[in-house]
Amino acid sequence: MQVTSSVRKPLITGGKTVHDVTEDICRQVEAKPSKLWLMAFGISVVTLAIGFLAVAATLWEGIGMWGLNKTVGWAWDITNFVWWVGIGHAGTLISAVLLLFRQKWRMAINRASEAMTIFAVICAAMFPVLHMGRPWLGAYWALPLPNTFGSLWVNFNSPLLWDVFAISTYFSVSLVFWYLGLVPDFATIRDRASGMRKKIYGALSLGWDGAAKTWSRYESVSLILAGLATPLVLSVHTIVSFDFATSVIPGWHTTIFPPYFVAGAIFSGFAMVLTLMIVTRQVFKLHDYITIEHIEMMNIVITVTGSIVGIAYITEFFIAWYSGVPAEQYAFFNRMFGPYWWAYWSMMTCNVISPQLFWSKKIRTSISATFIISIIVNIGMWFERFVIIVTSLHRDYLPSSWAMFYPTIYDMGVYLFTFGLFFTLFFLFAKFFPVINMAEVKSIVKSSSEKTA
Amino acid sequence: MSDSKDFLLGVYDDEDVLLKAVGKIRNAGIKIHEVYSPFPVHGLDDELGYKKSRLPIAAFMFGMLGTTLALTMQIWMLGIDWPMIIGGKNHVALPDFVPVTFELTVLLAAFGMVGTFLVSSDLKPWKDPKLLDIRITDDKHILAIDLGKNKAVEASEIGNVLKDSGAVEVNDKKVEE
Repeated sequence: MQVTSSVRKPLITGGKTVHDVTEDICRQVEAKPSKLWLMAFGISVVTLAIGFLAVAATLWEGIGMWGLNKTVGWAWDITNFVWWVGIGHAGTLISAVLLLFRQKWRMAINRASEAMTIFAVICAAMFPVLHMGRPWLGAYWALPLPNTFGSLWVNFNSPLLWDVFAISTYFSVSLVFWYLGLVPDFATIRDRASGMRKKIYGALSLGWDGAAKTWSRYESVSLILAGLATPLVLSVHTIVSFDFATSVIPGWHTTIFPPYFVAGAIFSGFAMVLTLMIVTRQVFKLHDYITIEHIEMMNIVITVTGSIVGIAYITEFFIAWYSGVPAEQYAFFNRMFGPYWWAYWSMMTCNVISPQLFWSKKIRTSISATFIISIIVNIGMWFERFVIIVTSLHRDYLPSSWAMFYPTIYDMGVYLFTFGLFFTLFFLFAKFFPVINMAEVKSIVKSSSEKTA
Repeated sequence: MSDSKDFLLGVYDDEDVLLKAVGKIRNAGIKIHEVYSPFPVHGLDDELGYKKSRLPIAAFMFGMLGTTLALTMQIWMLGIDWPMIIGGKNHVALPDFVPVTFELTVLLAAFGMVGTFLVSSDLKPWKDPKLLDIRITDDKHILAIDLGKNKAVEASEIGNVLKDSGAVEVNDKKVEE
């Protein structure tokens, strides 16, 4: 039995019927691409092409093209890697954790945010792969291959190897989760289409027929997958943080890193979901499905995780002082007042102060304010990783090797490339795949739709 | 030789009506072939008397397989095949093996379960689903009754039961086997 609550606000407005859901979502897939879409897609492809020049230069000449030096051996590359992986956390969090908590508002946004997750992880993977210099000679060394293959067994004590396993597992499980959710919707598109389109969506839908028996199994698979994906989401950024936390660099060697990184990842992931959903909502006119209610919910998550991140920053400082270790104390003093003070204070303003604005109902229910703050949050989260990585490295134990990091045009180009890649993939997804999970939204039409009597 | 099956289809447009209808039809002694829905209807499997899916058990088994494989692999590679001292740790430093073991457990559980699901529900790209009604994937729930298996009750009688239970349409459908 569906229970209709008189307290909760409707999640679908405009008095939609089940058939309207099919029509509204399939329309985007079936219609000719709009001018706006073509323009956005064109810009993404051009960005991808320009960025590719930097990738090609890096592959041709080597990573000496980047601004790294002997002291600062990790900078933009790993910053971008962690940033993209962090963004890739919201999708599975929304679909898995919110499914376990039976949060129905996830239904309108889970499809697009899972897609975003997958694309963000692809972008993240670009950096470690490029960092290998000649990936075609060495990418397989990250796999446990026999000694006779040319090297020793991989080192299972190394967090960098854990990362390989964590991120590839996360990517493939998220992909499966996402695809499984798409199957019933592909069937809907298949049954409205004809000719070649019917064949393609027919193959994608795996011959789905909506039988109660299949739905019953499908539901139990979704639930178990959500149960598996929840610790998986938490494990990925935990393991990414181990890359730093298990080292002996001041500013990295802290036990607070795993929860702090996970909160930061959810924070930036939700911000990116908001940026994308606000645009998608506007371009595809999905106002009835992605309501202010949805945006407000996401903003609340941003405020909570943003506050956790803020507390983590303060705790980190307190512990550095309280530890009495001079190197640790110096690392944090240097972050705040050293040559990278501007990066530190950008991070503080964007991540700690800006999400607190959402305490005001007016701001968290305003589309334009949300859009701006979501971008500010992601800028802040980029600075967070930059601050952690570069300020800890640039002044190491030996003052004679202290150095600054200056990005080259190639550093910027590779970053641009991942933006091009991300948006190209996202726009392709938004055009050819149903951006909203029709089957799930249909299941709440009766209980959560606005009644227009 | 072509064999054909006769189906009587009850078309429902409301999931709560459908849920109650399933019970009424089963109480009338009519066997339901299957119900097709555009979205998951909670409790429908119970009403139809379907057993609980055993897929979670499959997931657990595959997960255990992943755990075993991961631990065996790491202990054998670093502890037996080529022991090396890394950072002064034991050859078999179990805490260090936890992340990879966890990831492989999740990976195998997820892929194993989804694979089992696809096989058991016969989902594959080259399958033609032969829908009984095209609106199944849009907005209608279709309750199919195989007349060949309900010889005891008159077809018109079944039609009346369907109508009484709230079906908005009752259609005949012949399916060539």
